[in-house]
Amino acid sequence: MSTVELNAVSRWFGNVVAVNDVTMSIGPGVTGLLGPNGAGKTTLLSMMSGFLLPSAGTVTLDGIPVWSNPELYRRIGLVPEAEAMFDAMTGWDFVHANAELHLLPDPSAATRAALDAVDMMDSRDREIGKFSKGMKQRIKMATALVHDPEVLLLDEPFNGMDPRQRMHLLALLQRLGADGRTVLFSSHILEEVEDIAGTIEVVVAGRQAASGDFRSIRRLMTERPHQYMITSANDRALAAAIIADGSADAVRLTPAGLEVQASDFGRFVEALPRIAQSTAISLFEVTPADESLESVFAYLVSR
Amino acid sequence: MNLVVMRLTIRALLGRRRSIMLFGIAGLLLAVAGLVRWGTDASITSSAATMQNFGLGTLVPVMCLLIGTGVIASEIEDGSIVYLLAKPIPRRTIAFSKLVVALGTSLVFTVAAMVAGVAIAGDQDWQLALALGTATALASIAYTAVFFAIAIVSKSPIIVGLIYALLWEGVLAGYIPGVKDVSIRQWALAPAERLLSSHPTWNVTSDLGLTPALILLGITTVAAVFVAVQRLKTLPIKVSE
Repeated sequence: MSTVELNAVSRWFGNVVAVNDVTMSIGPGVTGLLGPNGAGKTTLLSMMSGFLLPSAGTVTLDGIPVWSNPELYRRIGLVPEAEAMFDAMTGWDFVHANAELHLLPDPSAATRAALDAVDMMDSRDREIGKFSKGMKQRIKMATALVHDPEVLLLDEPFNGMDPRQRMHLLALLQRLGADGRTVLFSSHILEEVEDIAGTIEVVVAGRQAASGDFRSIRRLMTERPHQYMITSANDRALAAAIIADGSADAVRLTPAGLEVQASDFGRFVEALPRIAQSTAISLFEVTPADESLESVFAYLVSR
Repeated sequence: MNLVVMRLTIRALLGRRRSIMLFGIAGLLLAVAGLVRWGTDASITSSAATMQNFGLGTLVPVMCLLIGTGVIASEIEDGSIVYLLAKPIPRRTIAFSKLVVALGTSLVFTVAAMVAGVAIAGDQDWQLALALGTATALASIAYTAVFFAIAIVSKSPIIVGLIYALLWEGVLAGYIPGVKDVSIRQWALAPAERLLSSHPTWNVTSDLGLTPALILLGITTVAAVFVAVQRLKTLPIKVSE
């Protein structure tokens, strides 16, 4: 049972602040590190895996600083986002070399177990450079698992995977988490995190935006005011009807159409067709105006 | 020293493309040596001049550049070095293992090419081959250490290395008196000059005396290794694209 602790961690590159005063504690089980691209997820993972020294604050594993402490790699498995490996080697040779570098007593057995875990034993004798993106991802995963680490750090592990591979990796991470390992993976896709992570840490623009149980954060996300852009045959009459119905909080009439803000997402979506029908106003276009992940995160930050 | 790191480094270093380039450069030197022999009737003075200027002055640093940067630069560039660094092995050990592979490879390629080149171009009882072979070995060690350090310190090591190798060592150090004193090539020629002291007409000369030259070579090599190891110890590594 291991815990990765970040205490008031900041990291800047020149004038750019990539991570800003983040404090978090990642314990056993699966944790998702969620945030839009460029939020600082990779910088956080780099610091947790000892590849980047925080500009301020401390990163420790069970109280031991991870920076400049190679002995800790016996307990940490890392899956980087970068795709490059030693491409001229076969899957088996590469994972085996990783096992040897970990100074394992029986590198061949460890290699077999790791390749089995990611379902790559059948392709073990092919060159890594000839693998698909999803297969490379699994080989990376095997190198991280080969020494049976207590802590597993994964940077965007689902990138480039097809649905079947994704299911397989999801199950594997869940199993590792259930075993009591500390599994942290980063993602910019909400749905990926939803299925397996018990806990999530949300980072936006280098700051920690939310932290805790996934469901409550999900609720925060779905219950936020939703913005819609509507064009219809008669915007003004529709605006009046929407306000009269009470399913939306605010309606703004603009030359481009109606801007509607609804805090109860479900109720508004249900009400809109009914209103249109009863007032006989044709709807031309209904577009969610702020469904991008960035706006979801931005909302969380502003709370 | 870690044997697995060394093994992986050799495999990556002697991948197909780089091997072809190294053999190609060595072949180029031998071809030029053949032309010199044919054109000058195996005159030792011409052989010595060509092997010093074209061989030691140009091709040796270029080969050391390919090897010294080849053992580590691309791994830092594409991020695959994390697979070596995320292991319970001190970074110092990783640096030394890679450096030893680079030094060994450089020595084999450059000294073999130089000795064979001198033998083809023209020699007398292997005296020139011994002298220039010694100079090449010393230069190889220092160049490889310097390029290895450049590979870790610089973001575009090949360009920095090429400018240094071709402009500083190849051109400036050949003609400009002040630059000659701070050139690995000139330092490495000092023992060659001493070995050929009975043949002043062969024109194998260095601007420095033997002792200061060897001291400077030693200092440069040790300093380069120190910088390389220190930099790798604190090198921030990107784990993403």
